[in-house]
Amino acid sequence: MDSALIPKGVKRCSLPVFLFGVGIVGVVLLWGVYAMLLCWLKGLNQTNMNDSYGFALWIWADLAVIAIGGGAFFSGFLKYILGIDELKNIINYAVLIGFICYSSALLILAIDVGQPLRSWFIFWHPNVHFMLTEVAFCLSCYFAVLTIEYIPLVLENRKLDEIPFIHNFTHNMHGIMAVFAATGVFLSCFHQGSLGGVSGVLYGRPFAFREHILVWPWTFFLYTWSAAACGPCFTILLTKILEKITGKKLVKDYVIDILAKISGIMISTYIIAKIIDTIYWAWVTAPSMGFNLMDFYSSEHSNPLYHGLWILLLEIVIGGIVPAVILISKKLRSNQKLLLTAVICGTMGVCLNRWVMVMQPMAMPVMPFDSWNLYLPSWQEWATTILPVAYGIILIAFSYRYLPIFPQEKELNPIEE
Amino acid sequence: MKQEHNQDKKYKKYGMVIDLDKCTGCGSCMVACMAENNVPFKEDESNKLDSITWMRVYKLTNKKPFPDTEICYLPRPCMHCEGRHSGHSPCVSVCPATATDYDMETGIVSQIYTRCFGCRYCMAACPYHARYFNWWDPVWPEGMQKSLSPNVSPRMRGVVEKCSFCYHRYQLAKDKAYFQGRKELREEDYQTSCTQACPAGAITFGDLNNPHHKVHQMVLPDLAHHGKPKKKNAFRLLERLGTNPKVYYLSSKKWVRDMGDNYTIEEKHKGVKEELHH
Repeated sequence: MDSALIPKGVKRCSLPVFLFGVGIVGVVLLWGVYAMLLCWLKGLNQTNMNDSYGFALWIWADLAVIAIGGGAFFSGFLKYILGIDELKNIINYAVLIGFICYSSALLILAIDVGQPLRSWFIFWHPNVHFMLTEVAFCLSCYFAVLTIEYIPLVLENRKLDEIPFIHNFTHNMHGIMAVFAATGVFLSCFHQGSLGGVSGVLYGRPFAFREHILVWPWTFFLYTWSAAACGPCFTILLTKILEKITGKKLVKDYVIDILAKISGIMISTYIIAKIIDTIYWAWVTAPSMGFNLMDFYSSEHSNPLYHGLWILLLEIVIGGIVPAVILISKKLRSNQKLLLTAVICGTMGVCLNRWVMVMQPMAMPVMPFDSWNLYLPSWQEWATTILPVAYGIILIAFSYRYLPIFPQEKELNPIEE
Repeated sequence: MKQEHNQDKKYKKYGMVIDLDKCTGCGSCMVACMAENNVPFKEDESNKLDSITWMRVYKLTNKKPFPDTEICYLPRPCMHCEGRHSGHSPCVSVCPATATDYDMETGIVSQIYTRCFGCRYCMAACPYHARYFNWWDPVWPEGMQKSLSPNVSPRMRGVVEKCSFCYHRYQLAKDKAYFQGRKELREEDYQTSCTQACPAGAITFGDLNNPHHKVHQMVLPDLAHHGKPKKKNAFRLLERLGTNPKVYYLSSKKWVRDMGDNYTIEEKHKGVKEELHH
């Protein structure tokens, strides 16, 4: 029924099967939309946040999708700036994932603020001394860049491409894409870093605060680094998931191998920096504020399940050292199971890092007579956090079905005439 | 001319000294604050994690078993922190929309309700939990609207609010002084509602920069060291973080003073607590 829209030379499932699958995810999407409307119409009392836990699931989700969406800017950097041409075979998908992640981040932010209609105040009355302002500007600009990068993909749809103007327009856009990729790298480096900065500058919260280099706290550099390191893991992970769902090989192994190797080098250097940062924070920064490391993790009043040292170990060992070791070794990353393990760990590691920097500073009391806080999200918070996931699945489904996302798909899956 | 003007200009630093030996924990300061500032309340106030108390009284205990048990009540308004350099309060420095500001003339940290868009970053930054979010629209019991203060605007759902050191009283006092032909406010011209409501006289308010004001005399703030108190029994909450708060506490009990800050195990063993504060 929709065969005229499907790229030439590739096979897709029947339209009813496709619509059935999309419909199931669509139900989840509608559930999220309902929760989103509740939050907008009734206010943030629909959540389980409170005055002690003012940052919660949404902010974590926001930071996490921005981090794992970092695969887009870093892949763009590798392809367009460093000239690793092989990555052209996965760059479209990386851009699509980045577009989904960043649009989701903006949507989550729009739900998270108490007065969404005033969100533009951040641009109108900016506090130029604070990094969140820079995040707002860079995030918006980078989303525009990702949109510009995604548009040529949409215009490459078989039917649209038949129109000469669109065909030529798309061709010319591809020609200048390096400029946008470079702009995206510049913007991403700043907003990823500034997102780290907003935790690191909280000098009233010893768990989050980090020492500075000039105006930038250590977290500024660690966030950019980790997004560049672990973003590609998420790109590879989603490629593998899509290959599993479609039952087809979509990207050649050598392309994945190049991205995995670079990701491995990045994670290795990142995790060394992260360990140094943790040691300095535990032995110098925190004690200068009157805290021993274990004050942050164990207390007679805190629940070790939520605030135990295991979180730090999980982040650094399983989410950092394990993927680093696997991905830098040619032999290990050639094993598909180990590769999958590594990219899952890498993605989990960076998401957990954002969780730690957002949630744990809220849980821990700073005044000696204050108590630990426990927070469990409401169903509205879960629904609105799952909403972008459902939206992402649907957008990937449509993009994969109707757009030539994977240039190697035809060659890897020849159709018998 | 401009230089002369600057020399004449003497910035004030309004602050508070709370004598914990006098505080009985009666809560009058909390009630007075809520009435004065149109602070909204819920029908069910049992969950304190989402109720608004600009002034909150904490109950401290020395954690010793009977008969050595001692308790102390600690009223906690907004600390109106100055930070290590002027106006670098934990909350002001992180507001992305400049909805909260540090007034260099008074040292008061303001909150612009109509500009706040509810990102709650200031709440995350404040180690004192002195900032509160309006999770609901304010709803007043039938007829109570008539008793609201006309000098303080009620806040809408979705914005952050906090103690303002009754800034509207400062504005009224300035107006009154102007009409009376005075340039300077007298100490008694501007007092917060909690100060006046405390039946034990535990709260004292005034200009910390003015040696004639009681607050200055009670704690002797060391201006060369970010306002650290020189008086032995005086302390500030979380002094070590460098927030430079303008609320000081007095207590003759060492365990109470020790509760004002965090100390590592090594410091506790060495007993360097008092040294760190003075």
